[in-house]
Amino acid sequence: MRQTRNFSIVAHIDHGKSTLADRLIQKAGLISERDFHDQLLDDMDIERERGITIKSNTVTLPYRDEAGQDYDLNLIDTPGHVDFTYEVSRALAACEGVLLLIDATQGVEAQTLAHLYSALEHDLTIVPVINKIDLKAADVERVKEQIGSDLGLDPDEAVLISAKTGQGVEEILKAIVERIPAPAQRSAEPLACLVFDAYYDSFRGTVVSFRIVSGRLEPGDVIRFFSNGATHTVEEIGRFSLKHKPTRAMQAGDVGYLIAGIKTVSDVLIGDTFTHKHCPAEKPLPGFKEVKPVVFSSIYPISSDDYPALSDAMEKYKLNDAALTYQKDTSIALGQGFRCGFLGLLHLEVAQERLEREYGQSIIMTMPSVRYRFVLSNGQAVEVDNPAHFPDPVQVRVSEEPFILTSIMIPDRYMGAVMQLCLDCRGVNSSFSYPAPGRMEIHFDLPLAEVIFDFYDKLKSITQGYGSFDYELIGYRPSDLVKLDILVNSEPVDALATMIHRDRARTRALQICKRLKDEIPRQMFKIAIQGAIGSTIIARTNISAFRKDVTAKCYGGDVSRKRKLLEKQKRGKKRMKMVGQVQIPQSAFVSVLRTQKD
Amino acid sequence: MASRERPGLYIHVPFCERKCPYCDFYSVPLAGSRAGIGGYLESVACEWRQAASGWPAFDTLYIGGGTPSVLDPEQIASLLDTARASLAQPAEITVELNPADVRAALLAALRAAGVNRLSLGVQSFADDELAWLGRRHDSAAAVRAIALIREADFGSLGLDLIYALPGQDPSRWRRNLQRAVALAPEHLSCYALTVAPGTPLWRRAARGEIVTDEDASAALFLDGSRLLCDAGYEHYEVSNFARLAGDPGASLRSRHNQKYWSRTPTLGLGPAAHSFDGERRWWNARDLDGYAAALAERGDARAGEERIDAAMARLEAIALGVRTADGVALAVVGDEQRCNVDRICDAGWATRREGALCPTREGLLRADGIARLLGSDPDT
Ligand SMILES: Nc1nc2c(ncn2[C@@H]2O[C@H](COP(=O)(O)OP(=O)(O)OP(=O)(O)O)[C@@H](O)[C@H]2O)c(=O)[nH]1
Ligand code: SF4
Ligand SMILES: [Mg+2]
Repeated sequence: MRQTRNFSIVAHIDHGKSTLADRLIQKAGLISERDFHDQLLDDMDIERERGITIKSNTVTLPYRDEAGQDYDLNLIDTPGHVDFTYEVSRALAACEGVLLLIDATQGVEAQTLAHLYSALEHDLTIVPVINKIDLKAADVERVKEQIGSDLGLDPDEAVLISAKTGQGVEEILKAIVERIPAPAQRSAEPLACLVFDAYYDSFRGTVVSFRIVSGRLEPGDVIRFFSNGATHTVEEIGRFSLKHKPTRAMQAGDVGYLIAGIKTVSDVLIGDTFTHKHCPAEKPLPGFKEVKPVVFSSIYPISSDDYPALSDAMEKYKLNDAALTYQKDTSIALGQGFRCGFLGLLHLEVAQERLEREYGQSIIMTMPSVRYRFVLSNGQAVEVDNPAHFPDPVQVRVSEEPFILTSIMIPDRYMGAVMQLCLDCRGVNSSFSYPAPGRMEIHFDLPLAEVIFDFYDKLKSITQGYGSFDYELIGYRPSDLVKLDILVNSEPVDALATMIHRDRARTRALQICKRLKDEIPRQMFKIAIQGAIGSTIIARTNISAFRKDVTAKCYGGDVSRKRKLLEKQKRGKKRMKMVGQVQIPQSAFVSVLRTQKD
Repeated sequence: MASRERPGLYIHVPFCERKCPYCDFYSVPLAGSRAGIGGYLESVACEWRQAASGWPAFDTLYIGGGTPSVLDPEQIASLLDTARASLAQPAEITVELNPADVRAALLAALRAAGVNRLSLGVQSFADDELAWLGRRHDSAAAVRAIALIREADFGSLGLDLIYALPGQDPSRWRRNLQRAVALAPEHLSCYALTVAPGTPLWRRAARGEIVTDEDASAALFLDGSRLLCDAGYEHYEVSNFARLAGDPGASLRSRHNQKYWSRTPTLGLGPAAHSFDGERRWWNARDLDGYAAALAERGDARAGEERIDAAMARLEAIALGVRTADGVALAVVGDEQRCNVDRICDAGWATRREGALCPTREGLLRADGIARLLGSDPDT
């Protein structure tokens, strides 16, 4: 009788999760040497380009221990970046244990702790693993100490490995089967399966990743989703064996995929439970905690005609990115779109790239914003993440913005420049430490809004790429907030409005005015571009008009050409936005909004 | 909208002694060999036989190029003879000449053949500018040619000039115009130098060797227009000026070219020539060999054709009308463009006159932009 173990590999970013998964996959003989490449599970283009994991990935490894017992080890490789913690928390719901990796040269870091806590919350068995022991800079003793003091785990239980060389991988496998408990034997109970991920396949419909918590499931079964009562007949179930591998039956404790001809994307909700239509489970399993987005931006199709296509793509994309929140939004300048919430700036960038690459959408995103808080004169408290809903300044008694505690690691020679950067970004409460000779850790309280604007790019450039940074939200603090409007010939362009600290408004306004000036082609009439807070103009620039707009010659052969140019511009104008009698090419929005970070 | 005027006839002579670096007309450099000319003349005669049927008598004939004056006088005369039977009386008969080719014998032959208007490609009265433009005459040759033409007593003489050469000083352009005015031509065409794709000049611009300046060009345009109007000329199209004649309102405009701007039918013969019969526009094969081959095979030189519907006709009428002093009929522009018409008038680019929107000097300078405004669908 085969046994099952379900576990995730969790760690701070870059501590070697995917590399360890590689070794385990190779050890299990799932792939030939010829087909193998590093970070095998990171199969998305963006993951490969950025060298990080963005989506959790499941793979089932066959394993036989020394006693000859056969196992199916369901491994879930998770992302380490803080923006994707929701991926990790969902993976944990499908597991009985985790391998908590710690880079022997870095030691315990912010996400190490965060993942430890969520594993404890799920009551999971934790196997501490010290990785990268092959490196000269590895300091196993220090890390062991941290495991004891910072994590409260037994340092002697740590498994020492090098995911790169494969050293210690055998012990890992042993620890998995010996220490991580087998899933509870509840196959005889009514079916209850937790949906923890999904994606849309245009041929087969929605493909659902699930964990059977109780009961048995077979193709041909009729299942029902708790959230909306939708029923479907199971066409295929199977395991993740790098490729999907259909099986005839699955039971409590198994992790797998389900295909049931689900063409209606909205039938599937991540965190939902499905059961049998007949003889159902009494109640759904506890789902997932709701995610709280921290960064907001609106997405519009480049061409307004593409809104229905974007709407369809958003729905399908959301299926595979459960952390994304969105709702309809409209702009006078850009038409219909969606207001989206993200867990961070990287999440936002990834969503934008995936919508463009995987779903073929051409989109514009408005300037990212955080969620501000206002207490109005009538005592009412409101949260605003969309400049369109900025309260009337006269009514505002208190305004607050979210602050983060950052931890910035740099070689100490960059200290001066980084301090200055943080101060420029309205940083307060600084402190430092020297975790290793020549290395320095700087802490600052910073407004989140500063960080999502261009902080990271600046940090990278002033530290020549050596600076890394991490943050956690620490709450709201009073702030002097204003709404910055951008006016073209005195008419506001709603898609370019931003909420911003008063001290930063002028610089930003000048920057946007200049960008628009560069991007809006000269036209017949002079164009005035202004930045304004309420009725006060704080920045202005003009685009001078053409002095000359005529071709020298127009004889018999030129008439058709002239007419065709006019016909062409007539068609082209559909892609122009009219603001204050000025034609603003869509491309001007794109470049103003896209190049916001330089 | 096509007028009931008589049509015009155009014959394209696709030969030049050598190619000028800025030119994008279709013409073949002869480079000493005149071998292709005989075949060309036969082809035109053949095309005429096929194409002319159904056309009413023409009251203008324009032999342009290329450089018609590289042909022998008898050859030009034979082109004229081709169509003579279909010319109304009186007809405006124009031939384009290169100053380097002007000789008394040529002029006499043209006069005898009935030519009553000459267009002379002077381009500039400054020898350094002529050299830069790659022309094969100098200013002395131009002055000599004009004197000969005056002696031969042609009714009407037009001069072509080019301005806005890179870095051209406004005073040099003014001096060119003053020299022209002193010679009292009936007509002047002043073209801003255009860097046309595919020309040697364009390649130089792409390499950054020459820089054009639209603002400077605009200043020269305005300056030139003022100077010529003060000197008794009428600025009647973006690049064209006609001397005002004795009667008020009468001037010595090119009747032939006005047919293009008023959408009057014109028949074009020769390679790359375009035609318009009021409903359709068509154009001949652009290269000499293709032209001759098409005629030999099909008896037809057309390379393409389009039917002009009402919306297309409207756009054409606007685009062409706003380039001329007579303007475009407000009825053509349409009432829903009232807002744009107001903006244009308020900006001082046009005035409403007798049911037409007539561009001012500043308006002519922006004719393409105005056409875009008026041609577009009204903003909502
Ligand atoms: N020397 C050495 N390098 C390692 C070891 N394990 C991983 N690395 C390297 O560390 C880097 C990060 O490894 P990944 O496996 O992508 O890290 P990860 O934890 O999956 O990263 P995210 O998914 O982005 O959180 C890569 O360059 C690996 O080659 C190890 O044991 N020794
Ligand atoms: S002479 Fe006239 S047609 Fe011939 S190449 Fe020069 S500009 Fe062009
Ligand atoms: Mg990874």
